[in-house]
Amino acid sequence: MSVVTRGPGPVSGAPAPSRWLRWSILCIIGTLFAVPIIAMVEFTLRRGLEGGYDFSRWMLVLTGSLGPEYRVLGQAIGNSLVLAAATVALMIVLLVPTMILVHLKLPRWRRVLEFVCLLPISIPAIVLVVGLAPVYGVIARAAGSGVWSLAFAYSVLVLPFAYRAVQSNLDAIDAQTLTEAARSLGASWPVVIARVLLPNLRTGLLAGAFISVAVVLGEFTIASLLNRQNLQTALVIVQKDDPFIAVIVALLSLLFAFLLLLVIGFIGRAGANRPRRTS
Amino acid sequence: MTTVEPRRPVRRGSTAARDESSASTAPSRRRAISPSWGVAPFALYVALFLALPTAIALGTGFVDGEGAFTFDNIAALGDPFVINGFTTSIVLSAVTALIGAVLGALVCYALIGTRPDGPLRSMIDAASGVLAQFGGVMLAFAFVATIGIQGLITVQLRDVFGIDIFADGVWLYEAPGLVLPYIYFQVPLMVIIFLPALEALKPQWAEAAATLGGTTATYWRRIALPVLAPSFLGSLLLLFANAFSSYATAAALTSQGQSIVPLQIRAALTSETLLGRENLAGALALGMIIVMAIAMSLYALLQRRAARWQR
Repeated sequence: MSVVTRGPGPVSGAPAPSRWLRWSILCIIGTLFAVPIIAMVEFTLRRGLEGGYDFSRWMLVLTGSLGPEYRVLGQAIGNSLVLAAATVALMIVLLVPTMILVHLKLPRWRRVLEFVCLLPISIPAIVLVVGLAPVYGVIARAAGSGVWSLAFAYSVLVLPFAYRAVQSNLDAIDAQTLTEAARSLGASWPVVIARVLLPNLRTGLLAGAFISVAVVLGEFTIASLLNRQNLQTALVIVQKDDPFIAVIVALLSLLFAFLLLLVIGFIGRAGANRPRRTS
Repeated sequence: MTTVEPRRPVRRGSTAARDESSASTAPSRRRAISPSWGVAPFALYVALFLALPTAIALGTGFVDGEGAFTFDNIAALGDPFVINGFTTSIVLSAVTALIGAVLGALVCYALIGTRPDGPLRSMIDAASGVLAQFGGVMLAFAFVATIGIQGLITVQLRDVFGIDIFADGVWLYEAPGLVLPYIYFQVPLMVIIFLPALEALKPQWAEAAATLGGTTATYWRRIALPVLAPSFLGSLLLLFANAFSSYATAAALTSQGQSIVPLQIRAALTSETLLGRENLAGALALGMIIVMAIAMSLYALLQRRAARWQR
């Protein structure tokens, strides 16, 4: 067993499966999961009625030489990126200061905050959208129907993910001591937050931001039913005219999200392996 | 942003019990703004974009087109069309949760003994995250390309083995067609939520079992499985809730279908009247929330039980 040779981080205490069994399970399930991805790639390479394969469509997308009828796609990607940035900004402006405040000053409210932040898991987006429609009707009359306003709804969707990422970081640092040390040296509260707490929370903040970006880029339900254009709704529209281009863009965004989450993993591990200093 | 307190560490008004000792050193004549006010912006935001929409979603079910109170929409939950939708949704979610949980647990088992910071785990973590969270529309494309009418597998089966998977009609765009795409995001979600439970198994338990002469089989049957059972059932419920609330894949596969509840809500939202009733979306939303509340309450109960062994 790996009791002696264990690396950093938890390794399960259960007896490990034999090498042969492990790789059989992983290979069989891995192959099954690879089939749809391979099918998508194969689909994008098809050459139409005469059969055979080529890379012409990929070249078209990768060189950015798509016709004007695909301008909707570029616009939608822009919308999604704006929404991702706005959602992360809302998370940092609204959620993080509240979490710090509750952690340091209002520990009795921790359970309430946790409940509220994890609540969106239990409320399907399709249910939320029924109630959001009238709310956004009011917003549209007051501030126009710009796509950015969706960020308010998206911040609710990412609340559970962002909360978990930041809270685990907050629990790992000794925020109480850090704050008291800074305060006794004469730092004001804004300075404590900006120069002492936020730098110590960067691991959790980055992880929370990245997972928020992944969720926003993949969001379809709310945008679609509130008639806003984002990456996913545009994909559905483009797919009706040219399924090949839609599938290529879907594959690329999948790859992008995969790399994003790979980076989150590295950040998380870097944070976990760093010796805990309270400097 | 948050309410900034006065510069001196005045904490008289603080409700924080933990702070009292350090706060008493700095008496002040000025009364501090209670830190409770600092949560006001967040509270306001949550009230507007989480509480209010949920309340509206649940409340509109009790209101008719003119805004008068009515049970008419709620009564529609007994309509065969709606009952059919809920049954299909619940069966689909339960079946895919069960298959996803078993396959996902197998992957977790295969990962026992691998380094959590190794390249294999990094890849599987990232891939699981993408497939569990990001899926949606992409999954619909993937399965049209795989088992659509001209899909890779459909064509291979037809040309090489002479099997026509659509001999009885095209089922990909109906509820049965959702089973495979749903499993595709359930397995990765299971890996994400069940792996921590497996990692919490203590090496001492395996050592104790081995010292007492137990075999690996005994260890699994008498120790690991009973300890893991609450976590497994809890994960199963989370997977159920996940499938039950999922909308994007189904919506991208069929633009007209009304087989499952989320699609019925879409129809109710976009066509104004469904079953001759306005505000049916609210009643359907209420029904969904009830199912979700039951699933998540059971989950919370099981989680409490699972936590016993994870200290």
